[in-house]
Amino acid sequence: MTRAAGFRLGLVLGAVFLLEVLCRAGVIDHLTMPPPSQILRDLGVMLSSGAMYPAMAKTLLNVVIAFSAAVVVGVAAGIGLHGWNALRQGLEPLFATYYAIPVFAFYPLLIILFGLGDAPQILIGFMLAVVTVIMNTLNGLDRVSPVLRKTARIHRLGRLATALKVTLPCAAPSVLTGVKLAVAYAFIGIIGAEFIMSRTGIGYEISFAYNNFDNATMYPLILLILAVSTLVNAALSHWEKILMQRRGLG
Amino acid sequence: MIVPSRSPALHGLALVVGIVIAWQILFEIAGENAMAPPLDTVRYLLQLLSTAAFWTHLIETARAFTMALALSTVLGLAIGFVLGLHRFSAEVAEPILLGLYSLPKITLYPIVLLAFGLGMPAKVAFGTIHGVMPIAIFTMSAVSAVSPVLLKTGRVLKLGPVQTIRAILFPAALPEIFTGLRVGFSLTLIGTLLGEMFGAQRGLGFLLMTAIGLQNVRVIMAVTLLLVVFAASVSTLLVIVDRRLHRRTR
Repeated sequence: MTRAAGFRLGLVLGAVFLLEVLCRAGVIDHLTMPPPSQILRDLGVMLSSGAMYPAMAKTLLNVVIAFSAAVVVGVAAGIGLHGWNALRQGLEPLFATYYAIPVFAFYPLLIILFGLGDAPQILIGFMLAVVTVIMNTLNGLDRVSPVLRKTARIHRLGRLATALKVTLPCAAPSVLTGVKLAVAYAFIGIIGAEFIMSRTGIGYEISFAYNNFDNATMYPLILLILAVSTLVNAALSHWEKILMQRRGLG
Repeated sequence: MIVPSRSPALHGLALVVGIVIAWQILFEIAGENAMAPPLDTVRYLLQLLSTAAFWTHLIETARAFTMALALSTVLGLAIGFVLGLHRFSAEVAEPILLGLYSLPKITLYPIVLLAFGLGMPAKVAFGTIHGVMPIAIFTMSAVSAVSPVLLKTGRVLKLGPVQTIRAILFPAALPEIFTGLRVGFSLTLIGTLLGEMFGAQRGLGFLLMTAIGLQNVRVIMAVTLLLVVFAASVSTLLVIVDRRLHRRTR
């Protein structure tokens, strides 16, 4: 472990310990937040009872669907737009302002169009996640050196083969940045939609627990989501680092 | 590379026209229960803007957003400068900041409500936790990327810390910092609105949430239109300034 990583670990552990002390000492009211050790114990109880498994399975499955669709569609759209400059310039202002638009406002419209099932929630997660993938794919493709494209032409690769064998691998680190953000956005979209209007899922369970002052359910669920998204993010970051090192940039 | 467009305004106009046409077509398909047509929405929005009740919501949101943006900016710049100036701290903190940035912060809303109660402080806090991270991250990487030669020149000229920041660091890092502020603007807006949607009794987010509950399509569309127009125009302005700053330094 490097010195910085050691420091980092110490810092995070120190913060958790401080929180524990503040909670135990009563500086932070028990009704506001239970001590971290208690949350961890509650999470253990919750996971072993299995009561939340259906909600977890539903939310995680929806996140996976929204995320995968966003990555596939986003990368494909990025490649397409990169070759079609006129459309890209037309859409550029939309991309630049996209994340300032409250996408959740469209949720009721989606419910009316698609019914109260999982589809509107997945669509919200997809809508939030796809644009960052498109933007980062375009960004990565912009940086592919012309020499590589020329090499592909010399080898008489078709459009698809050029994308799959030359430009995409070259743009991979940038695409991966978009993919990492897409994980967060898929979570935000689906959990937010479950908060607003839903009868199932982790988001619904959290807001149900909140309304009933049930901290023993609410905090473990929040911790669970934060832990899952952080783990996925860390795994992708690790992969990104390997990719960067392989081309001597790390 | 993107070929610089001869008329970006024309592209923007084409995009707006395209969106309005798509909106009208979607309305013809979805019907009156799902959404309101463009012209009707604009008319209804103008009608809303002439009522005093709507203005109290609007001003409430504007106040919360302004405070959250001011807090995110001050905190973000402070964190960014402190960490950016000290290489080792930056190395320790960067992964933590990036991890916090990509956390689905929407899950934290019950905790924010428990800590701050319903109302203004919770909204401001929710807006701030969304906006502060991008500003801090962009500032940090911009400050630590300032060329050592410039800093050495400052030392040779015997500049004090405040003078060094004002005369060397800030101008050199400005383009990147501005990009951070631009992203911070979008995220603070969305954070504030989300805070209002889930935990407030006033503001546009609250208005949106009640309209969703009542299936009041006209209010949903009118408020969404107002927010999108505001977000898109400010964001476009910021993008233009951003490009200018970046071009100047190249």
